[in-house]
Amino acid sequence: MKSCLIVDDSRVIRKVARQIFEAIGYSCTEAENGQTALDLCKTALPDFVLLDWNMPVMNGLDFLHGFRKLPGGDVPNVVFCTTENDLEHIQEALGAGANEYIMKPFDADIIRGKLEQLGLLES
Amino acid sequence: MKPEDFELFSTLVKQRSGLILTPEKAYLLESRLFPVARKHNLKSLEDMAQAVRARREEPLLLDITEAMTTNESFFFRDQKPFVLFQQKLLLYLLSARKEKKHIRIWSAAASSGQEAYSLAMICLEEAAKFQGWKIEIVGTDLSREMVARARAGIYSQFEVQRGLPVTHLVKYFQQIAGDKWQIKENLRQMVQFREGNLLTNVGVEGVFDIVFCRNVLIYFDGPTKTRILDTISQMMYKDSFLILGGAETVLGISDKFKVVPGAHGLYIGQDSTYEL
Ligand SMILES: C[S@@+](CC[C@H](N)C(=O)[O-])C[C@H]1O[C@@H](n2cnc3c(N)ncnc32)[C@H](O)[C@@H]1O
Repeated sequence: MKSCLIVDDSRVIRKVARQIFEAIGYSCTEAENGQTALDLCKTALPDFVLLDWNMPVMNGLDFLHGFRKLPGGDVPNVVFCTTENDLEHIQEALGAGANEYIMKPFDADIIRGKLEQLGLLES
Repeated sequence: MKPEDFELFSTLVKQRSGLILTPEKAYLLESRLFPVARKHNLKSLEDMAQAVRARREEPLLLDITEAMTTNESFFFRDQKPFVLFQQKLLLYLLSARKEKKHIRIWSAAASSGQEAYSLAMICLEEAAKFQGWKIEIVGTDLSREMVARARAGIYSQFEVQRGLPVTHLVKYFQQIAGDKWQIKENLRQMVQFREGNLLTNVGVEGVFDIVFCRNVLIYFDGPTKTRILDTISQMMYKDSFLILGGAETVLGISDKFKVVPGAHGLYIGQDSTYEL
């Protein structure tokens, strides 16, 4: 089973995302900020990361920089999922190695569509 | 709604657009026609039915017909047809049309334009192979509102996330407001949109190398599908391509086309020798 790490400081968002990912066969773990997420990743790398931008302690962008430096951290797909919806943020995220970018609000169709584009889900 | 009013509206819509409305769809008819009644200062659907019977005024009839169309579309819808377009069809035409260096693509029932623009994006990605070529892309739709939206090329945040890779968003769109994105000028100039009805005046002339006609035949009855496929076949070369939607087929409907084995949704003329 593929694993997904959901990083978001909102419990509600994590729950919604978890439901979407579990429905397509992922096992999910959650983290409420970038630091907790990075610590989890040092033990075991997930196959996929859904990543909020603005979070206390460590934000999504800093997490991503740290994550890509971990051994094997260049492989998993990291998809931002954030209310930051301007071109500058998107470009910054892509520059830091994000594979896709979702602007909130999102729904199951958007997530599934992005997974299809990344070749992780059959259309 | 009175059965005779339902009958009146559904007959009108069928004649004008081909769309079949079964009585179970009465609720849909009501919710979509209320705004039309209001726009024309008619108090109820009964009044509107009366107005249709008494005067048959074109603006009202057009609005009723257009209100009943379903316009959902998204970028790179179903993905596979676009992969096929990029990896097979364009390459075939690259050699088959190397003398004239001219390709014409028709997005029939283009709705708000996502399909036509997706094709244009692919053409830009492949531009290096087509130096000195002319690639025309035209989209047509019955709905005047959709044609206007397609021309403007402005999409909501929700629409630009359905099917569109974010790299394409960055490359081919400009953000014109927090949640509004517009297709960039260079891409908009590659695509033309026109009003056209597949049953009567299709809105384009001449012959096309590739015709996308997706997710519109599903709304029609057998004879209407046959007729439209006939019309399209007359606007194609012997070796042109037709792409239908995932739930559509020519089988049992038109003898003008045959299936391409291994390519779901791709059809070619009976005399074409193309294979994957
Ligand atoms: C569901 S959309 C399909 C859009 C696009 N082809 C796609 O697959 O995403 C169907 C479109 O067909 C248009 N349509 C319906 N009847 C038509 C007709 N008789 N002639 C031209 N367009 C028609 C509607 O206005 C609507 O925009």
